[in-house]
Parts: sequence; C-alpha cells; structure tokens
Amino acid sequence: MTAELRDLYQEVILDHQKRPRNFRGMEGADRTARGHNPLCGDKVTVYLKLQDGALSDVSFEGVGCAICTAAASMMTNEVKGKPIGDVEKLFDAFHGFLTGEEGEDGQQELPGKLRVFEGVRRFPIRVKCATLPWHTLRAAVRGGEEPVTTE
Amino acid sequence: MTTSAKLRRGDCPDFPAEKTRLSPSAADFPAGKTGLSPSVPDGYDVERIRGEFPIFRRPIRSRPLVYLDNAATSQKPQAVIDAVSRFYTTDCANIHRGVHLLAERATEAYEQARAKVRRLLGARRADEIVFVRGATEAINLVADSFGRRFQPGDEIVISALEHHSNIVPWQMLAERTGAVLRVVPVDERGEFLADEYRRLLGAKTRLVAVAHVSNALGTVLPLEEIIALAHGHDAPVLVDGAQAAPHLPVDVAALDCDFYAFSGHKIYGPTGIGVLYGKAALLESMPPYQTGGGMIRSVAFEKTTFAPVPCRFEAGTPDIAGAIGLAAAVDFVEEIGLEAIARHESRLLDYATERLSAIAGVRLIGTASRKASILSFVLDGVHPHDVGTILDAEGIATRTGHHCAQPLMDRFGVPATTRASLGLYNTRDEIDALAAGLEKVSEVLR
Repeated sequence: MTAELRDLYQEVILDHQKRPRNFRGMEGADRTARGHNPLCGDKVTVYLKLQDGALSDVSFEGVGCAICTAAASMMTNEVKGKPIGDVEKLFDAFHGFLTGEEGEDGQQELPGKLRVFEGVRRFPIRVKCATLPWHTLRAAVRGGEEPVTTE
Repeated sequence: MTTSAKLRRGDCPDFPAEKTRLSPSAADFPAGKTGLSPSVPDGYDVERIRGEFPIFRRPIRSRPLVYLDNAATSQKPQAVIDAVSRFYTTDCANIHRGVHLLAERATEAYEQARAKVRRLLGARRADEIVFVRGATEAINLVADSFGRRFQPGDEIVISALEHHSNIVPWQMLAERTGAVLRVVPVDERGEFLADEYRRLLGAKTRLVAVAHVSNALGTVLPLEEIIALAHGHDAPVLVDGAQAAPHLPVDVAALDCDFYAFSGHKIYGPTGIGVLYGKAALLESMPPYQTGGGMIRSVAFEKTTFAPVPCRFEAGTPDIAGAIGLAAAVDFVEEIGLEAIARHESRLLDYATERLSAIAGVRLIGTASRKASILSFVLDGVHPHDVGTILDAEGIATRTGHHCAQPLMDRFGVPATTRASLGLYNTRDEIDALAAGLEKVSEVLR
C-alpha cells in the first residue's frame, strides 16, 4: 500500500468504520437532519438531544464510505456533551483543516483526535466524504428542514 | 464547384459526396496501421492500437495507466488530436459564410465530418445528421422541439435503465405539457422487460426513448423489438446511443429508429461535439431548438424564416474543430472496424466477468444475457468510493457512484457501484490488474 493510502486509511479510521460509535437511531430526538452526497451515494442522518444548552446525546445512521462513516463516528464522540455553541467552531476548524482554509486559530481549535483525517487532504475529492457528517450535524443544530449536501 | 461557393449567408450547404479525405485533416492516419495484422491471432492487434494513444505513454501515479472509465469518456488517438490541432493551425475559419479560402476549407471539413457520421450510422442522408454538444443536448433538442406538439395526457415511455439525461428532459417536458412519463421496469439481472413494455404502449404513446446500451449495467436493449412495437402504435423511438456507438456497429436505417443520439468524446473524439440523427421527415416537421445565426433563411423585424435541416438546429457557430476531430475518430474506429472492436470488447468483458466473479465478496450488478463493454459491481462491506480510491492508487481508473442513474441504483438496492468500462484499447493484462487491485482493496478494508 502506498504511503498516501496508509495516511488516508489509518487504523483509527478503519476501526471506526468497522465499529462505528453511536451508530443508531434515536427515539424522541430533539433535532434530526439528513445529509446526502448524491455523487458518491453517502447518506447520513444525525440525531440530537439537547439539554441545558448542550448536546446531551448524539447518534447517526446511514450508509457511507469508510471516510464518511469514520468521520461521523468520531464526530459524535467529539461533540457529545459539548455546548451547542461549540458545534459551529468545531465545524469551521474541521472544515478548514481539510480544505486548507484554516487560519492559525483554526489549527488550535481542532481536537487532536480529529487530526487523524489529515490524509484526506491529499485526496481532494474525498474531503466531502469527511465533511458530510459535519454539514449534517450543523444543519441539525441550526434546525433546517432541507437535507444538506456537500456537492 | 466547391461547397462553400454555393453558399449564401445563412443558407444551408449542400452535402458533398464523400471525396477523398480532406487535406490535411484526418488524412494522416496511416493506412493499415491499426488494420488487420497477420502476425496477431484473430487480427486484432491491441498493442498497436494502444500505440496510437499518447496518454498510455505517460505513467500515472508512477504506474502504467489502466484506463477502465471509457463509459465516462474515452482517451484520444493521435489522429484526433492532430486533426483538431491542424484545424486551428492551418484551416481556422468560420463556416457557411466568408468567401475566402479558409472559410471554404472549414466549411468543407465540417460538412465532410457530417458525411462521415452519416456513413458511420448508416443514415440515408447527410442532412439527417445534426451536430450538437453531445447526447445530452441531442435529447434535450428532441424534448424541446419535437415535444412542443405534446398534449396533456400524452405518454412518453422510457426504461428503468436510462441515464439521467434520458429521464430528466422528459420529466421537464411532462411538467410543461401535462404529458405523462411511463417507465418500463427491469428484472434483477437488468434485463428490459418487454412484456411490461407492451402493456405500457398504447394509443396515447407519443414517443419511446430508450438507451441502446445501459451506461450503468451494460445491458444491450432489444431495440428491434422495442422499435417495431412502438411503430405499431405510431410512436417514434429515440435511441440514446452514447454507450453503443463506440462499441457496436450501428445502422439506423436497418434499426428504423427515428432519432439516435451519441457523444463524440466517448467514441475517441473531442469533448463538446455530439450527434443527433433524425429521420428527415421528422426533423423537417420540427421547429428550431435554439435560434440565432446560421439557422435562418431570412430575418426581418417583422418575420424570420428558418433554414432547412440540419442547419435549422445548429444555431450559432458550431464546434467546428470538434466536428473535424470527430471525423478523425470515425475514421479511426472504422479503420479498425466496429465488428472487430465489438468482438474484442465482448471477449474482454467475458474474461473480466469471469475474473471478478471469482473474487470473494464481489457481486456483479447487471447480468443481462446481452451486455456490452460495462461491468458494474459491489464489494461486500466496502463502499464503492473506497474501492475507487484504492484502485486509483494502483493507477487503475474506474468510476464509482450512481453513474447518473439513481433510479436504477435504487432498483438494485445499492447506493452506488464501481464500474469498469472497456474501450478498444483495453487488454486482458489490465483486467488482471483490476482483479489484483480488488484483492488489495479487500486486504486494506475488509
């Protein structure tokens, strides 16, 4: 396997793909949003429960590639229990990290665990796979009705 | 008398009988270079054919390119690249107007291209060949122009195998006119269900629009039967030949189809040029699609009259270089022979089907009895996007996704597939590389 592929499909990513965390539907979710990448066929639904201004529970369902599934899995781990206001900041940091549009500030705000997606930067067409769950989460937080897409 | 000498501004040229090849465009494809070679068993010398394609001389990701995405677009032989380049280098002018020598040459080359396409498709007349941007525009042209006569309740019959470009124009037409879209289903092998089709045809059927070869599954549709049945109800048939023209001999007169569309770039020609064949009587009965220069007979502020076909449908300056490149591509495939290409690709498809079927976890999507050039599959537990990325790292270009056929993906209950699509230059070694690449995918991800 090439070094680039190894960077893309890191062990942590493959582990989350094979055993995605918080991979379930949610009865009585306060917010639900659907995301779809029509070109590659990734589909993600994100569920939230809100309590005292924080994400008390987060889960997801859907079908996606390894990158999308792992990104969703790690995202739910990352944001669970965080204040709602953190979602936008994390979204910006993750998105900026992958697209190379981050500033110095963005770098600092990205939790270290999510840097495992660094290899995706070398595969520009896969960036949208990693960001789809985050777009969907943001839509759920913002409470939009329309399914989101990263196309 | 030259062709252009007869032209008045805005007039439509006569169609010159095919003369010797135009100098210099398309003329330099060495005779016999890709023709039958006695040294090769069965005469198909794939290595010599590959040699005509400069892209295969360049490594991709430090490996030889294994190009299996021909259904998306094909690579270009040197003869096509040279024809386009030569037009811009020595013959560049607009067509159907100026009286100067370059305009004359450009016009002649453009009309010669039309004559070559006529021959390729077996059309009776060159004025049945309309140059468009591609199969998509060809279908949109018919939907817009022919569709203007549709009434509420009229029915358009398509198949479940269609590319979005043979679905959406008809949906839009149905919305505009109140016509109704009827869809012929496919079975679990991806076969067109002729019995269902018979049931959907009726007195209200105004048009049948079907693919010749499915871009997502490779199914070859039973056109003879489809067309005969449609004509039994006085319904014309449009055939989307984008995935057929590069791979199978096509004879529109023998098929008796009413429209046939294909794209130049999939048949080893340039992007931006495509063809709509239409029966002369039908085309002549249709109003213009786009309007502007080149498609009028006379313009006054009170009234404009339109040029005869095919110019009526070629508003504005067309893709002259594209048409000339397409002519070189037609020469190229005819030199090899479409029968020979079809045989080569069919053998390769059989081999690929056998190789891939033997890989654990591979499930072929689309196993119709008649297929051409396309192999769609899923790998258990691995998303096609990951398959595509890992194959790409091996220098193997495939397509992953829904192949602009979302309803078909839904029919088979998959979000996407990986598609390997063959061209005249592909080899058994490349199929072996694909098989080895898939083994690697399993290693990495399963």
